[in-house]
Amino acid sequence: MSGNWIRLKSGRKNGVIVPEQPGKSAIDVRGVRKVFGTGESQVAALDTVSVSIRENEFFTLLGPSGCGKTTLLRLIAGFDFPSAGEILLHGQDIASLPPFKRPVNTVFQSYALFPHMTVAENIGFGLEMLGKPKAEIKARVAEMLKLVKMEALRGRRTSQISGGQQQRVALARALAPQPKVLLLDEPLSALDFKLRKEMQIELKRLQHETGITFIFVTHDQEEALTMSDRIAVMSSGKILQVGTPWDIYDKPAERFVADFIGETNFLTAAIASIGKGKVRATLKSGATIEATVAEGFQPKDNATVVVRPEHAKLTSGKGDLSGTVENIVYFGTDTHIHVRLDSSEAFTVRQQNTRSAGCGFERGDKVGISIGNDAAQVLRD
Amino acid sequence: MASAEEVAKEAERRDIRDRWLLSAPALIIIFLAATGPLLIVVIYSFLTPGPYGGVVWKFSTDGWLSVLMQRDIFDDTLAFADAHLSIFWRSISLSFYTTVLTLFFGFPTAYFIATRPPKTREVWVFLVTIPFWTNLLIRTFAMQQVIRNEGLVNTALMALGIIKQPLQIMNTDAAILLGMIYVYLPLMVLPIYASMEKLDFRLVEAGYDLYAGRWQVLRRIIFPLIKPGVIAGSILVFIPSLGAYVIPRVLGGGKNMMLGNLIELQFGAGRNWPLGAAISITLMVLVMIALLFYVRNASGSEGAHG
Repeated sequence: MSGNWIRLKSGRKNGVIVPEQPGKSAIDVRGVRKVFGTGESQVAALDTVSVSIRENEFFTLLGPSGCGKTTLLRLIAGFDFPSAGEILLHGQDIASLPPFKRPVNTVFQSYALFPHMTVAENIGFGLEMLGKPKAEIKARVAEMLKLVKMEALRGRRTSQISGGQQQRVALARALAPQPKVLLLDEPLSALDFKLRKEMQIELKRLQHETGITFIFVTHDQEEALTMSDRIAVMSSGKILQVGTPWDIYDKPAERFVADFIGETNFLTAAIASIGKGKVRATLKSGATIEATVAEGFQPKDNATVVVRPEHAKLTSGKGDLSGTVENIVYFGTDTHIHVRLDSSEAFTVRQQNTRSAGCGFERGDKVGISIGNDAAQVLRD
Repeated sequence: MASAEEVAKEAERRDIRDRWLLSAPALIIIFLAATGPLLIVVIYSFLTPGPYGGVVWKFSTDGWLSVLMQRDIFDDTLAFADAHLSIFWRSISLSFYTTVLTLFFGFPTAYFIATRPPKTREVWVFLVTIPFWTNLLIRTFAMQQVIRNEGLVNTALMALGIIKQPLQIMNTDAAILLGMIYVYLPLMVLPIYASMEKLDFRLVEAGYDLYAGRWQVLRRIIFPLIKPGVIAGSILVFIPSLGAYVIPRVLGGGKNMMLGNLIELQFGAGRNWPLGAAISITLMVLVMIALLFYVRNASGSEGAHG
């Protein structure tokens, strides 16, 4: 599948398209399908996906492996071509252009640095291929080395530098030709925890300083929440929800999104009354709580209500729900208390820790759970 | 009690002794089968030819002088003779062309195989090795059947009315070249394939991503990375080509000799073993020069990047 575009007629290497009228969105994906294989073994990696990515945006494609996020990235990069649909870059359809004609660069998951070139040669490669004058390449490479703080290692082979340094070189190499859009394919997954945290901040800084649109692919929901301006949550070749990290976390529209991002409690409820953007839902315990509803969604008689563990409160008295403490897990910053509800559903409450006292509950305790106003949301499922 | 340092030293000594013991069989075989005979060849090259072949144990440099000169039968003076030189030249140039052309055909073949799905790759590699199953002589005779005047190619071309006279391919340098390309092509394909298979094709994608067209990706990324395979293949093709014997004998006829045939002639009908020995050593030196050239070339360009 990597060789697909080779069959296309290629033109001059300098024929990289230049946007005529920069619009509001950098990338417009319209009804894109991607099918791999033929006949019986046909698999739709992307099932009619549409999304708009704005200029100067840090946009994240988030989903489990096999959800189609990397496929979408490869279609934007030009390594694969869509089976149907359009991909617009500043309003121009680029779906059929080979990668070397798209003003889009990629930071690969494995970095894919050229092992037979030095750090500086790697960074200058794109500019060299664009036929830029030597002096300009030299200046730009120096600028890039400075940007990623790698000046001292410019003459090293890429095999002689650490993983984090390779990561920086890969970034510099992709940024050097000043692409309209930078694609990042799980670039931090190979780094250890501390380095990953550092690079997350570094990436945000680079995106801010360069003003380039970043499209970031990850399966790490925490990474997505902390870094992105907007997130598209994907599953089974579809985009389920697009929104700010806050939207995605606090107003998950679908069960998958609620489940994939953070921890969530799912409760079945009967809809008692429907108001404007809000409903009153009767839980199995008999308690009726208020829950928000996604825009334009009319819940039926029965619905799933989600409550984040940190939005519920454990009490020793009577709450909206009641149950028995099954397990207590200490996390340092907070404690997770797993409760088996009387309705036999599982429910987790997250409680902030204090220094002096324990969580105040023990395994086997009969407890109540109170759900505050604005803590519950009805899912569209 | 022995200190830890002494124990470590003793272990190291034992390790070295074991290594020599383990490599002894190989070393003995190398000496008996390679170094010993080679020494005999060197000695023979400085002796006098016997009347019915073999050597007479009398020191003489005539064997070496005859490599490039000829002794006049009447006044015994030495004069430069280009007969052997032209054979040297034919050997070198044919081997060179064989190497270049096998590279030309072998590179795309290896690229093709390396870009197939893993399962199909094995089938292609298997197909490439099939010619090895048949004896070289038989394959060369088969080639003769294809290119001789009444052979497959000429008969077909004449039947189609493309030519009126059969093409004279047999007994020419072109026939030798064709035969050598046919026989040595797998030796070029396999090492190139071996390096190509290890090539990370994500680097190729990275190249395209960074605005390199197909030709530039080939020249700037693929070729430098599979260069070890190209060098190995070139050595594997060039060296046996230089010493080729069967192919020029069968396809080149009597006139288009290569070094292997010249050497055989001296040990056979020519009854000049010292000359044969001298030419053999010259061939060896040529091979060594070629190897040095390759190795230096390879490491030189490597340094240019670093």
